[in-house]
Amino acid sequence: MNDSFLTTSVCDSLDPRAIELRRKLVDMLLRAGRGHLASALSIIDLLRVLYDDVMTYDPKNPNFIGRDRFILSKGHACMAQYLMLAEKGFFPEEELSVFCKAGSFLGGHPEYHTVPGVEASTGSLGHGPSIGVGMAIALKADKNDSKVYVVIGDGESNEGSVWEAALSAVKNKLDNLVFILDYNKFQSYGRTVDVIDLEPLADKWVAFGWEVEQVNGHDIKQLREAFDKFPVQEGKPSILICHTIKGAGIRGVEHNLDWHHKSGLTDDEAIFLNDGIGRKNA
Amino acid sequence: MRKTALDTVYELATRNSNVFFVGSDLGAGTLNNFRHALPEQFLMEGISEANVVGLASGLALEGKVVYVNSIATFLTRRAYEQICLDLCLQNLSVRLIGNGGGMVYAPLGPTHMAIDDIAIMRAIPNMTILAPCDAEEMRRLILLTEEHAGPIYIRVAKGGDKIVSLPQENYQIGKAVLMHQGEGSVLVVTTGVMLQVALNAVDDLRAIGVEITVLHMHTIKPLDEAALKKYLVNSDVVVTIEEHTTLGGLGSAVAEYMMENYSSRLFSFKRLGLPDIFPDDYGSQDHLLSRFGLSVGNLVSTIRELIRTRDNH
Repeated sequence: MNDSFLTTSVCDSLDPRAIELRRKLVDMLLRAGRGHLASALSIIDLLRVLYDDVMTYDPKNPNFIGRDRFILSKGHACMAQYLMLAEKGFFPEEELSVFCKAGSFLGGHPEYHTVPGVEASTGSLGHGPSIGVGMAIALKADKNDSKVYVVIGDGESNEGSVWEAALSAVKNKLDNLVFILDYNKFQSYGRTVDVIDLEPLADKWVAFGWEVEQVNGHDIKQLREAFDKFPVQEGKPSILICHTIKGAGIRGVEHNLDWHHKSGLTDDEAIFLNDGIGRKNA
Repeated sequence: MRKTALDTVYELATRNSNVFFVGSDLGAGTLNNFRHALPEQFLMEGISEANVVGLASGLALEGKVVYVNSIATFLTRRAYEQICLDLCLQNLSVRLIGNGGGMVYAPLGPTHMAIDDIAIMRAIPNMTILAPCDAEEMRRLILLTEEHAGPIYIRVAKGGDKIVSLPQENYQIGKAVLMHQGEGSVLVVTTGVMLQVALNAVDDLRAIGVEITVLHMHTIKPLDEAALKKYLVNSDVVVTIEEHTTLGGLGSAVAEYMMENYSSRLFSFKRLGLPDIFPDDYGSQDHLLSRFGLSVGNLVSTIRELIRTRDNH
């Protein structure tokens, strides 16, 4: 593991936008009464950079041919993606209040055909990488310069299909494909190092033939600079390993598996969340 | 039948640059002509069915019409969740061409025999299932798949079969074909190469005074209920025959339709297919088919027995 990217908390380093995004995520969770809050907090900063600064898209024409493709393979973190899509105008922000409710179009995992801006239905882990490979092959065949971004999880990387896709992307020379690995070192049951250790993770991707970059996944500057580099090398796919914190930015939620998925929230928990945003861990 | 299927895909690809082929470590030299002529539309991936099906769905999301080919058991069992979620939930135009439907790979044992492919594909919403009876029907169906919306499973059966299908007007996916009209009240419903068994039984049965009507379902899903309704009107003995377990395939589909629509009518009914076991012998495909009663002789004796049952009521 590359220790230089490890931090214990980002609570005291959030900028105003990072705090605002967290307030909105907490609001979604409290209205829905359930959700994978900690997973969404883990990727919200890297999604912010992708949607604010990196990707090309047109919310008024979600199928615009020149758009970059984005797949949230770890679909359970979809609160973060829904928030970005709403902020960017794919649908009104008020719609976020219906997350997970009967009759809603915003379910607990993102669905193609249903949510504007969602490129693939995900939820079962390990599917997004191969779908992304197929999209990237098609874009090359069509001489379309768009890129394909696929966010995968560290727990998700237990799935063999992730590594099948990794082999295929190299074989097909997909320099228009970027995987973003949300490496928060936790999965549902516990620490990844205890459940199934992925280390040496960067070395594995290098050995598979990928260009590997690593950043602090909550450092906006580092993220922007990293995304500017892609493709690192012509003819090779790239992966950005984002060292993140599960539950990043809310005191008491960071590194706390109790918040991986939450339902049946109490009034006390609502106060706890709202009070904890951006506040330093004691 | 397999060669015809792949050659027809190549033919489609030559005139439509959106047609893609994805293989999974197929035999050396497979579709070499395609690979050399249209390299951008031809992908030969590794032994990675999950990746191949997911990759195909990614191509289809970009507007491609994708033909995937591998051995039927590996494709349908290994990549089941990818088929279910990536293809069918997203309702994409990917065609899975499964080699070795039924007992084709008899000498290779139960890992290679697709005895349950129709049942497990049938359970998935949006999936269309095709099981042609010979190479010419395969070609006719593959040509129709180019414009068909949504995922399709295409079962490739024994090769080198006698050609029994005929060009029909209004030949469509989802539309059954009347292959033989008998005067009596015995209806035999077939799929895949079992049509050949049914047609071969026509003369044997006629010799003992029994006329049968043979209705061929090259499409198992969606089931052509209108055709069934039409021919069930005058039938009281009904037999289904398929090279597949009797659980969840053609026989089940026909039985479900009959029970739900004709619960007050009495039929003598039998599903001929494979028993609920893994194939427990090797040898030739014909040997195993005969062992499990998928033969002209067993079809004839089954129909005679059903007629006796009917007449005793």
